[in-house]
Amino acid sequence: MSTFNLKVNGRAHTVDVDPATPLLYVLSDDLELRGPKFGCGLGQCGSCAVIIKGEAVRSCVTPVSAVGASEITTLEGLGTLEKPHAIQKAFIDEQAMQCGFCVNGVVMTAKAFLDRKPKATETEILQAMSGVLCRCNTHVRMMRAIKRYQEVKS
Amino acid sequence: MRALSRRKFLKGSGALIVGFSAAGLTARFVTIPGEAVAQGINGPGSNQLDSWIAIGADGNVTAYTGKCELGHGLYTAQTQLIAEELSVPFERVKLIQCDTAFTPDQGTTSGAQSHPTNFNQSNLALAGATAREALLARASTRLGVPVDQLGVKDGVISVKADPAKKVSYGELIGGRTFSMTLNPNAKRKPASEWTVLGKPIPRVEIPAIATGQFEYVHNVRVPGMVHGRVVRPPAVGATLVSVDESSVQGMPGVVKIVVKKNFVGVVAEKPWQAIQAANKLKVVWTPGSGLPNQGTFHEYLRNQKPTRDTFSVNSKDVDEKLASAARVVKATYHYPYQMHASFGSACAVADVQADKATIYSATQAVHPLKSTAAMVLGLKPESVRVIFKMGSGCYGVNGADTVSYDAALMSQAVGKPVRVQLARKDEMAWENYGVAFVIDQRAGLNADGTIVTWDYEAWTPTLGGRPGGNAPGNVVTGFLAGFEPQAFAARTPAPDPTNFGNGNNAVPSYVTGCVNGRCGGTGRVASQRVMTHDVKSPFFTGPLRSPARLQNTFAHESFMDEIAASLKADPVDFRLRHLSDPRLIEVVKSAAKTAKWDARPSPRSGIRRTGIASGRGMSCVLYEGDNGYCAMVAEVEVDQSTGKVSVKRLVLANDCGPISNPDGLRNQLEGGALHGVSRTLLEEVTWDDQKVTSIDWRTYHPLYLGPDVPKVETVLINQPGEKAMGSGETAVTVVAAAIANAIFDATGARLRQVPFTPERVKAALDARA
Repeated sequence: MSTFNLKVNGRAHTVDVDPATPLLYVLSDDLELRGPKFGCGLGQCGSCAVIIKGEAVRSCVTPVSAVGASEITTLEGLGTLEKPHAIQKAFIDEQAMQCGFCVNGVVMTAKAFLDRKPKATETEILQAMSGVLCRCNTHVRMMRAIKRYQEVKS
Repeated sequence: MRALSRRKFLKGSGALIVGFSAAGLTARFVTIPGEAVAQGINGPGSNQLDSWIAIGADGNVTAYTGKCELGHGLYTAQTQLIAEELSVPFERVKLIQCDTAFTPDQGTTSGAQSHPTNFNQSNLALAGATAREALLARASTRLGVPVDQLGVKDGVISVKADPAKKVSYGELIGGRTFSMTLNPNAKRKPASEWTVLGKPIPRVEIPAIATGQFEYVHNVRVPGMVHGRVVRPPAVGATLVSVDESSVQGMPGVVKIVVKKNFVGVVAEKPWQAIQAANKLKVVWTPGSGLPNQGTFHEYLRNQKPTRDTFSVNSKDVDEKLASAARVVKATYHYPYQMHASFGSACAVADVQADKATIYSATQAVHPLKSTAAMVLGLKPESVRVIFKMGSGCYGVNGADTVSYDAALMSQAVGKPVRVQLARKDEMAWENYGVAFVIDQRAGLNADGTIVTWDYEAWTPTLGGRPGGNAPGNVVTGFLAGFEPQAFAARTPAPDPTNFGNGNNAVPSYVTGCVNGRCGGTGRVASQRVMTHDVKSPFFTGPLRSPARLQNTFAHESFMDEIAASLKADPVDFRLRHLSDPRLIEVVKSAAKTAKWDARPSPRSGIRRTGIASGRGMSCVLYEGDNGYCAMVAEVEVDQSTGKVSVKRLVLANDCGPISNPDGLRNQLEGGALHGVSRTLLEEVTWDDQKVTSIDWRTYHPLYLGPDVPKVETVLINQPGEKAMGSGETAVTVVAAAIANAIFDATGARLRQVPFTPERVKAALDARA
């Protein structure tokens, strides 16, 4: 067990865990955050994505010891129920989900990509999303929501 | 039959009463060994109004439902229903869903049955109508004015001619019970007067989900909770020899190794600790029982004995008609095992104490799970409470029930609340798969190109299924813990059918479906024989979105296209010539019109055998024979050098009666359509001689977001005067054939085995004459 000081959504947390523990478990179990989720534990679906240094990182395959002092942003760190972030609002307005379990991965991946590349073409967005899964197959609405976010941003 | 009589027996009990009625409980547990009750059944519900509806002193309405939100928008739609029937604002209705302590036993939320069950003249809708009439009757007495002179708005009843004379629901009954039974003749509010139902009201969960606030079952945290990890056998049929507990001695956080017959689990303080310990635990198993070769599995199915044989229809003239037909067309279709493969692996939290248990579960079936969890735990069913919490989309019997047993067994062993979330491989290797199929089709045609007889014979494997109310061995954990799956009851020869039912869509849309003089089919062909042989499966099986209906529809709608092609007939026109049901005809025409269907025979003329080829295909169904009409046009491109199929556009028309929420319906249809693309092009369970080998997203292939997603267009046909039908499983049902037919149209190559992988497509292209 080792002590780690994490900055999550603007707040400091100290946890005492095995250094090999994937960041996801620290976020969802020690800190009880609901945004990042366990989907596969293999980095194959996107469910656990968080944003670190502007990149969507798969927290299920990222040991907590690898995070260092970097700020971690999770889905709940973007906006609130009362004041959702523009990308969250786009997903709400488009009703772009069914069970919603994958929404974390879709939103965090799209946000990190478009924030880095606001003028991305549709082909580039599709490519950027091609490692993210939704088993309810809400793909059509999700792409609409992502494009809506891109429009609102610009 | 037995299940039905039990349902009747239970009908008298109310919601709170349902949970704890000794008579009801006794009746529920007088069961036949191995017979799964509530297998896809809607449950007894309740005939007591107070089981469904309560009105508070503030006039707010609380409604109770046994049909849960699975991501398909049902929670919102049911809230709309109650707001509409009671004329109260949507925001003033609170819906309590699927908690065995509070909600009526409505069996399983499955089979596209929730819309028909709760939105027609029964159950929740009937409760709403009964409550409104009861409130009007009370207001009439209170205000001294006949009911027909009263109006209702926003939970206030007033005299139409003198609106100052009014009384609110809260004043009439707030905080007290109705103490009355549902009135089967209570008048529903006509669709023409709807202001809430039928509108695209946004789903209530979505803002919380989008902002990471929503509590899934995965987020349930109970004081004192620890974490469990299962250790499944390494091979199908392997049984436990020994567990070496010393192999994890001293590992941090380990609470206990739990063993019950062949069930092995590890409990630790934290999930990562449980995972580490489970990985390190030395467990000795016997070798597996061996698995049939996957390459020849469809032949294996065809040769299995014994079989359970069923005739859906049999006009007893098929052989004779085939013999005298001008021409006979034949084809055989193969469908693989596929899996639910939920996006988030299954999770449950159980708190089992000496004499009672609480289970938080994403099960589709809280009341049945209460019964079977009690069996697994050796508790009385009345001591178990199951509380539904939404999980990852299930699409049928995924790991939700089995992981509930996992958590319950481990909680019982450690005397603390235990949370279990399955490893991806543990869910994928052991879930109840959607079934494989082998289907032989034969049709006899007369000289003018009309189908005169249709002959279908199929083989499909089965093992386990939904646990229902008494068969925990139908899913892996119950089985490992010592319960047998529902027994396989062989039956040969098949008895004659006694009435027409097409719950599995084994009967094609183009026959009359006449049994004992009653014709329930949607087509015109009178000579018909439909025989299904169930055989024993080496893997657990269970309902997966459009179970059997999808597989059968793939075979029927592909075969219809093959017949049309053999006659050089336009596939849409040829379908219409053989259909009789006006609503099925309408969806076919509507999809064709919207897609700008170009009427001509398939394959298209002038096909070049290299490069990219494009084509279009049609498919249609009346889901389950009575539960939702759908037709689809698929447009595809085939890369003839690689065999890769790209679906470019799907146009579908749907009729499920009166539309409760058009945006929710579209969302279901779009998702179903793409789920169909995924299953048609990509998904297949694989195995070696011992174990399942498709255990993650690299070995089981789903449709990711990204460039391979087609456009989807939906046409909704609203039928306010008809009965509410299901719609969540219609679109997925028609996709495989629509794509197969489009590939044929584009290339002249016929795909008869799902999934249409590039290798299979290439082989079919190479086999072209």
